[in-house]
Amino acid sequence: MFEPCFNQYHIMRTIIDHTTKDTLRVASGFTVLKMCSLALFPPPLPSGQTTLCESNNELLSGTTTEDRLKLESSPLSLFFPRESLKLHCRTESSSKAAFLDHSETLWMRSAAAWRDGGFTGLLDEITNSNAEVPKWLSVSSGCTLALLRWFSSFHGSLFPHLTMSSEDMLAEFSQVLNWSDCVVRAFAWHPHTDKFAVALLDDSIKIYNPKSATTPTLKHRLQRSVAAVQWKPLCATALAVACQNCLLVWHVDPCSLSTRPSSGCAQVLSHPGHSPITSIAWSPSGSLLVSASPMDTAMMVWDVASESGVPLQRVGGGGVTFLSWSPDGSHVLASTPSALFRVWETRMWTCERWPCVKGRCQSGCWSPDGSRLLFTVQGETVIYALTFTDTPAGVTTCTSKGPQAAAVVADLSETTFNTPDGDIIVGGEIQSLAWDPTGERLAVLLKGDPQAADRPAIIAVFKTRSNPIFELLPCGFVQGEPGAEPRLMQFHPNFRHGALLTVCWSSGRITHMPFYFLSAGVPHFGLSGSPSLPRPQERPADFANQSLFTELMS
Amino acid sequence: MLSAEQSSWFVRKVIFWRAVASIAWAVLLLPPITAVFVIISRFSLLHPIQAVAECLSFLTSASAIFSFILLCGVIIMVGFLNLEYYTVIPTIACSKIALLGQLLHPRQFVNSLAHCIMGIIVAWCCAITIGGRYETIAYPSTQGDGSPQMCLNEYHLILLLAGAFVGFSHSLLGVIYNMNYVSFHSVQQYKYLRFKGSLSLVLKCSATQALYSVRNYIVVYFFLGYVPKAWICKTLNLHLNSSVHPLDSIAGLLDLSLLYHLWISASFLLFTWHMTLLLFRIFVTEVYSFPVQSSFTEDAHQCLPKVLTDKQPMILKFLALQDFALLSQHSPSRRSEVFSLSQPGGHPHNWNAISKECLSLLADLTQRLIAYHDTVATNGRAKSLSTGSERKTSSESSVTSVTEDLMSPRPTLLMRTPASVFARSMVGCSQSPLTAPFTPDLDSPFASPALRRLTAPMDQCSPWFGTVQSPHIMRRAPKLWSTSTDSKVNGSPQASPASVPSPKQEPSKPSLLAQFLQNRKEQLPEASSQALFADSQAHIWALEGLSYLVQSSFSEDQFGVVQTALPSILSCMLGLQEAVDRHFKLPHASSKPVRSASSMGDSTHKTLRFALRATLKTSIYRITTTFGNHLNAVQMSAEHRKRLQQFLEYKE
Repeated sequence: MFEPCFNQYHIMRTIIDHTTKDTLRVASGFTVLKMCSLALFPPPLPSGQTTLCESNNELLSGTTTEDRLKLESSPLSLFFPRESLKLHCRTESSSKAAFLDHSETLWMRSAAAWRDGGFTGLLDEITNSNAEVPKWLSVSSGCTLALLRWFSSFHGSLFPHLTMSSEDMLAEFSQVLNWSDCVVRAFAWHPHTDKFAVALLDDSIKIYNPKSATTPTLKHRLQRSVAAVQWKPLCATALAVACQNCLLVWHVDPCSLSTRPSSGCAQVLSHPGHSPITSIAWSPSGSLLVSASPMDTAMMVWDVASESGVPLQRVGGGGVTFLSWSPDGSHVLASTPSALFRVWETRMWTCERWPCVKGRCQSGCWSPDGSRLLFTVQGETVIYALTFTDTPAGVTTCTSKGPQAAAVVADLSETTFNTPDGDIIVGGEIQSLAWDPTGERLAVLLKGDPQAADRPAIIAVFKTRSNPIFELLPCGFVQGEPGAEPRLMQFHPNFRHGALLTVCWSSGRITHMPFYFLSAGVPHFGLSGSPSLPRPQERPADFANQSLFTELMS
Repeated sequence: MLSAEQSSWFVRKVIFWRAVASIAWAVLLLPPITAVFVIISRFSLLHPIQAVAECLSFLTSASAIFSFILLCGVIIMVGFLNLEYYTVIPTIACSKIALLGQLLHPRQFVNSLAHCIMGIIVAWCCAITIGGRYETIAYPSTQGDGSPQMCLNEYHLILLLAGAFVGFSHSLLGVIYNMNYVSFHSVQQYKYLRFKGSLSLVLKCSATQALYSVRNYIVVYFFLGYVPKAWICKTLNLHLNSSVHPLDSIAGLLDLSLLYHLWISASFLLFTWHMTLLLFRIFVTEVYSFPVQSSFTEDAHQCLPKVLTDKQPMILKFLALQDFALLSQHSPSRRSEVFSLSQPGGHPHNWNAISKECLSLLADLTQRLIAYHDTVATNGRAKSLSTGSERKTSSESSVTSVTEDLMSPRPTLLMRTPASVFARSMVGCSQSPLTAPFTPDLDSPFASPALRRLTAPMDQCSPWFGTVQSPHIMRRAPKLWSTSTDSKVNGSPQASPASVPSPKQEPSKPSLLAQFLQNRKEQLPEASSQALFADSQAHIWALEGLSYLVQSSFSEDQFGVVQTALPSILSCMLGLQEAVDRHFKLPHASSKPVRSASSMGDSTHKTLRFALRATLKTSIYRITTTFGNHLNAVQMSAEHRKRLQQFLEYKE
């Protein structure tokens, strides 16, 4: 029954370790053993079949029609058809052209240009209205503008992402596949209860709670282009939202019956130059919030209650794109738009630099104990692992002892499967990684190729084991209904019977896929009594229906 | 005094040396800053090479070295003043009058005077550095009739006076923005990185503040410039050169080069001072690791459980609490020392001492909040009792009410509020800042009889002076003030301000001045709430430390020492939660302060109450998520159980 065992591959890299404050580690001269992990996977399902759940160590599937019935009866499975959303049909700039009165005085126009476009906008305005200003002023502002543009293009050639528009930047660096076209732009489970927040294409956020009849809809004037949402741990109300120009922290009272909380419930956190925000992460202790923007070389650490932020400036890399806080709270992964990422330790906020060989770090996830970091690099089809040895207890030095070895743990290069519908090529670059809170399932969202029909985006799920040695075992592919590709995925933070993977599909559907297994050592099982085990003799079809979710909600 | 002796070891051995290190660094950083200043002030676009050569030759000249030594002296003096005046609990003036009182306090007067003199010294060094027309105070010139005489160099004078003005305004702004308040950061960083990160902010602040100060200075000089000019001329027997434009005219002040030099000198002055302050803050707030227990009895007073209970140097208590919060979060081995039992006897002395101190801190805050709320609530109830005649006296249409019993201090009231700025957070202060009742002591700003007269109304509501400034109470003040003026106008300075007038006085029509003062007083409604939570950083650490310890006790506490305290910890936290919830329902309590962007003053104290509320909730959730339904076995009152159930269901 079990798949052939997948060995642990540890390829040591030669590490040059400088024990400075910001440790520089150069990975050089390593060899990647060519191995194809996907070849060991069971083939993808034929068209029309969708993955329902995992039970007895195998992924069970059902047909689409039967699946849809179940989906619609389940309260937490949602469907947002694209047509139902009222979208903003015009952008800011187009409306500006329609309303701006061009007969205003030069002063008014200059003031407006200063407000809208800053210094360059002002210079642009002065240069353009050369009929009204003295010649020396228009010429000198033109020269300054040219100089600025030359300098920014030089800067842009160093960091190409700086020339992108903020929408493009969000799409490029988001963890969501094809973010700009995605109906569900962000998704977040509450870390302790069964509620979740969904950010939609129309810039609204809805909060679903199975225990409550109301679904609050959050809208705010500044809430545009939501890139990420996350609930504050150890808190029932606070939801952080990464927007285009600022960071919003909503306080949504779970007992309130209001369906439209006023914008007074939201705290606005902003810092000059820190936009657009592509990633946010709460500390697991709930005290701090970090936010990242590709335009800003500083990572902001916010004390949300007092609305004060500390910028942690490191120039290399040209920005920060993705953040991930380790579950034990000791480290933060911060990737940059360049081939470089940093691992911060959170005691004294020092960082280690990890230059990558090929591209930027696209995604990363931490093991539940915070000792292992898996990450993927753009342009490569492998998953790397860094192991952080525990600091010896009670050592007063504040820098944690960093990992000594980087290892390739899985190779997801393209593999052809023969299915009844024809050959399907699976593999390639990786969009995002998610590790379930028990540390036993690892979901990998593969980008695929949107142009080619035989290379779909697909989620590959691995079984993982940390003790006694770190292992990855193939589990299977997660597929949705035909034509729908996965865009975003997240594991439920405290599912009692194993792991629950929530997937947002390109069709606007959100589905939940349970993986039933007995976890080896999960701390919260001991607290909440022995888990009621799923009954393996039941038919799999019964698992995925509503009874499953009522069990979950109890 | 035993406690003074014990606590002084910390000031002597740690704080003093930290201050010395910060001053040393400030002095070390002075040469590069001065060099940059020399280059910026002397640089000319037309002759760049000549200017650089001049700068180099100046930097090696004797006058430059002398002025540099003077600057070092100023920096050391500024560092000393920082050490002398710093506080970890901000003083929050609840009304404009109180703020005025702070500004006129003798201690503050000494501070301002020192800053004025240092400003003049720095400005003199700047004048030497810039050279040219600024260099000397007098120059020989020939009068119209050909006789030579010494004339006053007004450019030199204007620069010196600018230094004095900027120094003075810096010291005043220091009071207004609480610049002597040293706040602790929740993000720990190494000193160098923190300094590097804040440097650009300090530069920006200095440049902006210099700009505003120079603007104000020019206005003042335009109107009053002739006074010092005439005085200097008379004292030094100098003459005014009539052939040169006087500078206190529009044409004279519109000299761009003069304005630039004034601004750059003011920026230099403020930057060096702000940098010294920044270094001092960074060094003083650095984490100090106290031993949890010591094997030697002579070191016992330096251990964490003992140090936490010390009242006296507030900085020691704060650093101890910070260390406690950090150890409970990050250090398993030190946690195990807290959980350990004493060797003969088997008592958890460490845990008992620490938890007792933390709980008493929290209970203290709860008491304070309840007392405050009661005062306000009594006010509300008394609304119906207020007389109609009083209503007329108030210019506002809202209620004018205060019951007379409010005017006398009630014994049940345990109002504990932070001490004034002037009470140093060091040894020698007679009142512990945590326990000082808010009665204006005699060395308060109102020590002079003339001021006492002004402050009579405040003294009359002394139990809540500065703390309870709800409009209801404060509206009462003008009436009392005007009556008390009547009694004192006739020159009876022996009337002590503490003598509370009979509450049965007939309300009289307040004078114009009284109404003006009343309006001044009511303008800071949020401040009473801020003042209530002024020392809440200590409570935040106590909450964090306790909750982390309780969380880790689930797996690390071998002897179950924490379990015995769990009911009291939970009830204390839930009680505080209730009090905080009630407080935030008051008007103005939940209004956010306006964020001041560029100022060296730390505005952390304005948001401490929000930080406390968030930390409190997080702490309770930390305990409930760790223990889950086991908490149902903990004994507590029904009301608290109901509240806890809300937390267990994630509904708070």
